[in-house]
Amino acid sequence: MEYFVIIISAIFVSNIVLAQFLGICPFMGVSGKVSTSVGMSGAVLFVMTIATIVTWLIQTYILIPFGITFLQTIFFILVIASLVQMVELMLKKISPPLYQALGIFLPLITTNCAVLGVAIQAHSKNFNLMESVVWAVANAAGFALAMVLFAGLREHMDLMNLPKGMRGVPAALVVAGILAMAFLGFSGLV
Amino acid sequence: MNQFQNFTKGFIKDNPVFILLLGLCPALGVTSSAFNGLGMGLATTFVLICSNTVVALVKKQIPDKVRIPSFIVVIASFVTIVELSMQAYVPALFDSLGLFIPLIVVNCLVLGRAEGFASKQNLLSSVIDGAGMGLGFTFALTLLGAVREILGNGSIFGWKFVEGDAILVFILSPGAFIAMGYLIPLINKMRKTA
Repeated sequence: MEYFVIIISAIFVSNIVLAQFLGICPFMGVSGKVSTSVGMSGAVLFVMTIATIVTWLIQTYILIPFGITFLQTIFFILVIASLVQMVELMLKKISPPLYQALGIFLPLITTNCAVLGVAIQAHSKNFNLMESVVWAVANAAGFALAMVLFAGLREHMDLMNLPKGMRGVPAALVVAGILAMAFLGFSGLV
Repeated sequence: MNQFQNFTKGFIKDNPVFILLLGLCPALGVTSSAFNGLGMGLATTFVLICSNTVVALVKKQIPDKVRIPSFIVVIASFVTIVELSMQAYVPALFDSLGLFIPLIVVNCLVLGRAEGFASKQNLLSSVIDGAGMGLGFTFALTLLGAVREILGNGSIFGWKFVEGDAILVFILSPGAFIAMGYLIPLINKMRKTA
């Protein structure tokens, strides 16, 4: 039951992109086509889950026992940056097709604030390891949902005849606002 | 380019938020009021000036291959300083900005200026660039926060001039996207006529 609440709240009620404003850069940057947005969501799912597990272990077994929790930001960002590099190298060796599919998106993820944000939140919400994993996967699913929905809308928007100044990012932002309004309907669900 | 232009380019011409579209996450996430936008902007400005200074000073000592991780460590250290000082001196603002303070470290604006400007230019230009870009970012966040606060709450910097409710949706998450979507073409227009 507890896990169910975490999943619903992460995907719908406080959606990571549309309600918490994390990961706006890839949300705006690579949402031009449905296929690329699926690739990016896959890469985020992968990195977010691993990063949350590793940072949870570091927080619990290194930072807290040694009383150096104020170094959290520095530790976490370094872990995520090196993790992304490692994942990239490993994927290249182990699964070339997956590397082909996710390849170009992986380096972009280091500066994706969603990954760091989810890792920090898993700690500040006092989740245990299993809850953190569920939290990370659910957030990645929420990211994928917002991303794919938005990419679908943007593919249609390309065909619209918009005023010159509104073309591109401004119109996309207004559409994202309307999408966020739809997601407001989920508030109060859990 | 003289130093004055270097300083003022961040406000309209190369505004980090409206023109370069960097740092959109904090710009949308914390601007439910003008005061929050101002606080977040000044915190980022501090980090930006300090990281630009340090990067400009040590750029010759850092090997080229590890420069990005080194820049990130420099930035993360200053973010930690800001985080701890804000927690100590302005706890109310720290609580309302919440998660976005540690997330300054992944703000593409800060890393972008370190990598794109400070690692190539001299110390003085880097400091001025950091200050100009930071204040441009602060201007953008305060403007967005003010627009959202006026429309959503009928107040500005906490001073309420409309009785009762206003258009509540502008304080909530959709309002951030919509206000931003209309401000970008406006600033673009100003930039062309200026």
